[in-house]
Amino acid sequence: MTGCGGSSSEGDGGGGGSTAEAGTFTYLGQNENTTIVDTLETLAGDQCSTENEAAKFTPDAIPGATWDQQLQLLAGQEGLSDFGMAAGTPSLMKQFIESGQVQDISTELEEMGIEDKILPAAASTIQALHGTDKLYALPTEFNIEGFWYNKQLLEDNGITPPETWDELVDAAAKLQAAGIQPFSASGEQGWPVTRLVGNYLMRDLGPDALQKVAEGEAKLTDPEYVKAADEVAALGQAGYFGDAPTSIDYDTSLNLFMTGKAAFLYMGSWATTAFNDEAQNKIGVDNVGFFSFPDVDGGKGSSDQVPANVGIPTMFSSKGFDDSTKAWMECIVNNYGDTVLKDSGVVSGFKVENPPADLPETTKLVQEQIANAPSSVLWFEALMTSQATTVSQSNGGGLANGSVSGEQFMKLVQDANQG
Amino acid sequence: MNKVLGDRRAIFLLLGPALLVYSLVMLVPIFWSMGYTAFDGGILTGFTFVGFGNFLKFFNDPTALNATWFTLRYALILTVLQVGFGYLLALLYTFRIKHASSFIRTIIFFPVVLPTVGVGLLFQKLFEAAPTTGPVNGLLNFLGFPSVDWFGYPEQSFWVIILLDLWRSMGFYAILLYAGLVDIPEELLESARIDGASGWRLVRSIVVPLSLPVLLSSLIFSINGTLKVFDTIVALTNGGPGNSTTPLTLYMFQTSFAYGEYGYGSTIATVLTILCLLVTILIFRSTRRDLTKG
Repeated sequence: MTGCGGSSSEGDGGGGGSTAEAGTFTYLGQNENTTIVDTLETLAGDQCSTENEAAKFTPDAIPGATWDQQLQLLAGQEGLSDFGMAAGTPSLMKQFIESGQVQDISTELEEMGIEDKILPAAASTIQALHGTDKLYALPTEFNIEGFWYNKQLLEDNGITPPETWDELVDAAAKLQAAGIQPFSASGEQGWPVTRLVGNYLMRDLGPDALQKVAEGEAKLTDPEYVKAADEVAALGQAGYFGDAPTSIDYDTSLNLFMTGKAAFLYMGSWATTAFNDEAQNKIGVDNVGFFSFPDVDGGKGSSDQVPANVGIPTMFSSKGFDDSTKAWMECIVNNYGDTVLKDSGVVSGFKVENPPADLPETTKLVQEQIANAPSSVLWFEALMTSQATTVSQSNGGGLANGSVSGEQFMKLVQDANQG
Repeated sequence: MNKVLGDRRAIFLLLGPALLVYSLVMLVPIFWSMGYTAFDGGILTGFTFVGFGNFLKFFNDPTALNATWFTLRYALILTVLQVGFGYLLALLYTFRIKHASSFIRTIIFFPVVLPTVGVGLLFQKLFEAAPTTGPVNGLLNFLGFPSVDWFGYPEQSFWVIILLDLWRSMGFYAILLYAGLVDIPEELLESARIDGASGWRLVRSIVVPLSLPVLLSSLIFSINGTLKVFDTIVALTNGGPGNSTTPLTLYMFQTSFAYGEYGYGSTIATVLTILCLLVTILIFRSTRRDLTKG
């Protein structure tokens, strides 16, 4: 959008559709995420049509698998799009912020008088991720995470939703004995397993457990940290994640739960889209329950500290941030929340002014949880380096099939995090 | 012709364009990459000079050492197997199924032309343990054995990769070595037979020494190809479980492009280049004596 702000003489060497062009509002997203781009297109044709006339919405997409790599290259060539999905790894976002590639939008939001349009919980999650009290991204998604369970399977086996970790382990043992796979998790992705380690840590040692690791005050190899990984590894060794969890990809893990083949699924609230889809969800949407990650006996954390994330938020590049981009930003902040909830059933971090009357039960449940949670916590790798994140997630499958011990896992991640 | 090639300007004109392109796309990046080895950081964070720091880091990095060990083990085992089986097949083509061999050669060569990603997916399905049981585990179950989680454990994954690459490449080495074997003069073999040599004796004393140059080329081809393995592993295990099947090439790729550490990534690439050079020199040296004899 360089042309609109009177800076059209600024040439950009990078090719491709993602670079800023005159008279356009460029957006770059991941192929896999169609929600954001669809919502923006709806806005461009409706509430933001004036902004769209001034600077035409021009979307582009690349595969999510190489997202961070591509963003690094684009940023290196000053070729980031005006607006786009942020880096997948928070540590890379920090680099973008430090090198001045990404626009601080907190001042602009304040000047426009629309800072209250962003839910405080969502804003604080983004700030915690980026380690700053300024806002560098918009919460186009806001998710909570926890255990989804098959009500019928639990009822049939006389199990009530567990409130402590020990109760969860007992429930798993009972289900396994009854021939039901207790947990469905994608060991191929790894993160659904490492999330359990992070959450256990925050329940046991308090919500600042991983902050201490990031600041170097504690190490993942300290015995109290290793205990968390050992607990998860023990579930794996007992076979609670089923046969060959490393072969289970993301879709299969959802599918196992939605076809009644597993009782628990640790997942973010984005999965409600799938739960609400009758074609995919064979167990019925009324049969899906949710409980927060349970307490650990004697632990410093509490189950009302909900693990939350903003998916991949969206950022504005500093280079393309001119008057027409600002106009677009204002329009997005004012209208995105309502539109995405109405059209896609996605809960975003924007305040909803006119909630649709016929929201599905699971979506309402998520909204209630968000409204009732006094505070949120980040996930296991949120404050780690890209390398530690990769190492952690690629070894998550090992925890799930019992081939990696808690101690080995924590050592690998700690070593990678030190660089 | 001699007149043309005697003219310096003509030589320059003929070689110039190719040399220029080669320099631009090969030599410049190589030296550029060598330069990076002395720096830490990336395009976003900026570069700082660290001298030999990256090399020191490499030798103290357990992941890099694991990747080196995996690369060497993989290269050695696969080279022995693919050249070995290739040679056996070549012997079979030449001496046993002489005239009917073209059909069998085509069949065995076929996997070479298949795209790696396709073969990777094929093997993933063949050895699948969950959510559906693949044919290999199905066979095991049929014979009364439990399913094996082939991609869940380092050792099993390693052997599946070896099997995949062997299936994919032995046809190529069989053809390469077959070309060497058919070059052996029939009269020599005939006279050896008249002298009473047959079977193993004929192979050991006549066939192997005479096909040694092409065998040596195969070994160098194979060791250099396998040290630089990338695509099959990315397609089949993506280096997992954990990083147990991560070769140096994949680690280099991750370090440079996923973690944004260009300097350290270039260092890993340089170590790999040195490794390839050393192994090639070693093979040359160890066979030099035999070559002069043969």
